[in-house]
Amino acid sequence: MKFVTAIIKPYKLNEVREALTSIGVQGVTVTEVKGFGRQKGHTEIYRGAEYVIEFLPKIKIEAAIPSDLLEQVVAAIKKAAQTGQIGDGKIFVFDLEQVMRIRTGETGSDAI
Amino acid sequence: MKKTIPFLCAMLFVVLFVNFAGTAFAADVPVPDKGDTAWMIVATLLVALMTIPGLALFYGGLVRTKNMLSVLMQVFTVFSLCMVLWVVYGYSLAFTEGNAFFGGFSKILLSGVTVDSVAATFSKGVVIPEFVYIFFQATFAAITPALILGAFAERMKFSAVLAFITLWFTFAYLPMAHMVWFWAGPDAYTDADAATKAGAIAGFLFQKGAIDFAGGTVVHINAAIAGLIGAFMVGKRVGYGRESMAPHSLTMTMIGASLLWVGWFGFNAGSNLEATGLAALAFGNTMTATAAAALSWMFTEWVLKGKPSMLGAASGAVAGLVAITPACGWVGIGGALVIGLAAGVVCLWGVNGLKRLLGADDALDVFGVHGVGGILGALLTGIFANPDLGGGGVYDYVANQVADYSTSAQMISQLWGVGTTVIWSGLVSIIAYKLVDMVIGLRVSEDEEREGLDTTSHGESAYKY
Repeated sequence: MKFVTAIIKPYKLNEVREALTSIGVQGVTVTEVKGFGRQKGHTEIYRGAEYVIEFLPKIKIEAAIPSDLLEQVVAAIKKAAQTGQIGDGKIFVFDLEQVMRIRTGETGSDAI
Repeated sequence: MKKTIPFLCAMLFVVLFVNFAGTAFAADVPVPDKGDTAWMIVATLLVALMTIPGLALFYGGLVRTKNMLSVLMQVFTVFSLCMVLWVVYGYSLAFTEGNAFFGGFSKILLSGVTVDSVAATFSKGVVIPEFVYIFFQATFAAITPALILGAFAERMKFSAVLAFITLWFTFAYLPMAHMVWFWAGPDAYTDADAATKAGAIAGFLFQKGAIDFAGGTVVHINAAIAGLIGAFMVGKRVGYGRESMAPHSLTMTMIGASLLWVGWFGFNAGSNLEATGLAALAFGNTMTATAAAALSWMFTEWVLKGKPSMLGAASGAVAGLVAITPACGWVGIGGALVIGLAAGVVCLWGVNGLKRLLGADDALDVFGVHGVGGILGALLTGIFANPDLGGGGVYDYVANQVADYSTSAQMISQLWGVGTTVIWSGLVSIIAYKLVDMVIGLRVSEDEEREGLDTTSHGESAYKY
């Protein structure tokens, strides 16, 4: 089993969700996050004052998936979230040791 | 039967006598018109709406999340405080006969004012109930100190705010209102001698001939100077110029600016005190100048900074409202258009170049908008009140016609108005801040400021996530 975390542009969330459900991903967790990468921040002007906004708003998507789905999932997120501009985000992949569905007590890939 | 006829005759006599006496009485003592009274009650409510919630939301949206409630609370409380002070001694000190700078104590706690008391308007023989006038003026006395709050937002002690406002209201607002607006009323100007006598009891700037229809000097320049001095004396916010102090909700600011715009019709058109064509002109001038200023600020910003911003449009509208305030009943629509267009550009400079030049942390640009816009409006009033430029000129109540207009003489009067306000408000403010600093201390501690005034001063937070 794998655990995929993707940081994407907020307005790409719907496209990424559709891409993931269409290839059979059963569920994701979404968090509104802030951070910076190579894009750094951007400047906002309020009357006479210019502020560098250092932490930009992003969306973090987390999904637990069977290992055989990994390549498709990574490709789907990449395709849906990519604009080609700086700030498109990143995908992190981890090995997943254990999963349990709390309601039934099922474990392993049955629980995903 | 014999007895009935003399009785009927007596009754007839009594009825006729009372009727004649009533007619004669009515000719001497004007009775308020219901239309004027109704309009002035509505205008009073509109000005109240400017402060709560208009100004509160306009300012509130511009601060950081952690200080939202402190701004709302300061505006709300200052409004309440000034209302109470106005009833207790404010109205008396501003609007009864005294000397050229202060009124007297004859109407402390509104003593002697009844439902039948009347106040003069700008037309001979036309009056409104004094209670309406008192509370119309009360809303002005409440919004003016509230305007100052934006300058020292996000760092001042709540107790210090209340103490300063009480001092400033008493020694700056009340005398300025007396100097500019107190006069004997048009009915006192029956002939040249009576006019001289009536003129001698009027306020200092009224005597100087300064014209200020709705309060450019009394309200805007007055408050802006107090704000600027406050920004210097309270000092900069912790992290000013290094940390982001971006507004937390321009949505709130836009709602507040719109409420100010709508409420301002009570302020400007209501200042006519009667529901007449002149009130409608003040209304139209207010609409025109405000829209023009919103556009001129926005387009200038678009050219200079690359993007037309919501805050720019909202600030432009407020700048236009400020600038047209002294002019709204004196100038024509063309004059209002020029005043509005100028206000948007000049006040944008006020919050950029001029602000950097001054170097004070005037947090919400009280001086850049209200001071610069107020001075610009007061001076342009002197130019565009000229009947040759579409203005209404100044009415001569002795000759009962519009007087000959001299732009240069009027500009000198306007400069007296601006100069007196700057110096008076400046001196009172310096002394008042100093006193409060010695007795209470002006600022919260640095830790409290970093944590935010909402939790540290008021024990609440504006938003629950």
